[in-house]
Amino acid sequence: MPVEPILSLKQVTKRFGGLTVADQVSFDVPQGSRMALIGPNGAGKTTLFNLMSGVYPLDGGSIWLEGRQIDGLPSRQRIGAGLSRSFQNIRLMPHLSVIENVMLGQHAKASGLGDLMTPILWQRAGRWRQMAIERLEAAGIDVHPDAEVSSLPYGVRKKIEVVRALMSSPSLLMLDEPAAGLNPRETAELSAFLKDVAADGVTLLVVEHDMSFVHDLCERTVVLNFGRLIYNGATRSVQDDAAVREAYLGSRRVAGDGGDRAA
Amino acid sequence: MSGYASGIVAILCINLIFAYAIFVTAAAGQLNLGGAGFQAIGAYAAAWLSSSAHMPANVTIPLAILASALVGFVISFPVLRTRGVYMVLATFAFGQFVSGFLLRSPTFGGAIGMVVADYIGVGALVICAVVTTLLVFFLMASRLGLAIRSIHDDELVSTIMGVNVRAVQVAMFTLGGALAGLSGALYAHHFSFVEAQYFNSLLSIYVLLFVLIGGTQTAWGPLVGSLFFTLLPELMRVGGSWRYVVFGVVIVLMMVLRPQGIVTRALVARLSPRNWWPASSRAATRVSDAG
Repeated sequence: MPVEPILSLKQVTKRFGGLTVADQVSFDVPQGSRMALIGPNGAGKTTLFNLMSGVYPLDGGSIWLEGRQIDGLPSRQRIGAGLSRSFQNIRLMPHLSVIENVMLGQHAKASGLGDLMTPILWQRAGRWRQMAIERLEAAGIDVHPDAEVSSLPYGVRKKIEVVRALMSSPSLLMLDEPAAGLNPRETAELSAFLKDVAADGVTLLVVEHDMSFVHDLCERTVVLNFGRLIYNGATRSVQDDAAVREAYLGSRRVAGDGGDRAA
Repeated sequence: MSGYASGIVAILCINLIFAYAIFVTAAAGQLNLGGAGFQAIGAYAAAWLSSSAHMPANVTIPLAILASALVGFVISFPVLRTRGVYMVLATFAFGQFVSGFLLRSPTFGGAIGMVVADYIGVGALVICAVVTTLLVFFLMASRLGLAIRSIHDDELVSTIMGVNVRAVQVAMFTLGGALAGLSGALYAHHFSFVEAQYFNSLLSIYVLLFVLIGGTQTAWGPLVGSLFFTLLPELMRVGGSWRYVVFGVVIVLMMVLRPQGIVTRALVARLSPRNWWPASSRAATRVSDAG
């Protein structure tokens, strides 16, 4: 029985001035899969994430999440529809504590004015805060909940951003270079944590340059080059594909080179 | 209470409510330099309803709040199209427009001002200030308060997290208008006289300073800021005219040494009873006090 795709991109197109940054991109993300989105710098990976989360409107095509067309939805309603994401450069709120940043991730789950207007700690004996603390602990983040995020190491902040994205109980979690800047031990921990997340039924779509991380985590990979999809298949055979090799080697770059990450 | 002391308490209460009016928008990252305009609308609405329509204060004050809230709501749409220094200028222009309008309007007494018929004592002002303070603390502890503070830090990420950024900003401008109107109505009824010259740009600057120097991260900021700014000039009275010079130097020093304001979230967290004893199960990560 074929697995229903959780996310479908159909002929997605975006132009910035004369530059086509997404050129009729179509692919499906199967339900429950762990999928990688890779490509050389400037291929349009982050742009595609921004199109999916509604930062920019589409110039053509459509995006479907769980059988529902979402490209017309305002950005703020897409998290409620089940799509959550992290950012390439850490975008935690600098003036919010660790726990407040994580609780912001619950915003889409708060329903009605009562949830919005009542002090958070009064709501059923602080269940929001308790849930956030449990999630942090499950992710192995051992910091004071009231700590200033700017005082924490890079790897910890990176993880907090993933936890924040998980607080909305998404069906699809999109991570933009989650392993960038992490040391090998942190990368392995993150991979194990994300496998647990996927085992709980969350579909993953991950932009990443670190190919060993991609091989470890993702069974499927799509490759973008100059806004066009050039590969869609198993991760283990991605490096054997002629078009992919040309895209990377033709620009004298090797995947996972850890260079600048302007995607 | 002596007349001097009760005068200071009255001004403190009015300044506190006024500061919270500016704070609720500043906490979401919008600087309003037209505070005096909103306060003037509340004050003149109360004055006119009291003197010309002969209504008692308990009717004029709610109507004054309504009037300035409505103006805040309407003005938020053009103002929220601007950002940063342009928003400061747009709100400043609004304040100038209101005082200019009142100064030239015969209905509102023009430059002569208006006498306000119904008097309210300092007790009512204290009650209003306490209720307003509790309301804002309540608001900031809620999920809406969390959304307000996240909008201040990053509008895009707030949107992606599901926050209706525009709705929150409009709501805060409306609430800010309402609170400024309350402070104006209380001013009118307590001092029994309003004149357009009082609601000038210097007043708008002062109240924004209360908020910025107090700190925009927590509801403690405006409380500390307005206490500081109302009481410090009084304490410095012994210095004669030099007190304004000292006052200016203090402001510059505060801006240099503590640009994030006197009270920050991290400072409140450090002083919170929850953190008096270190949590035994957790590695005690430093709760730093960086802005």
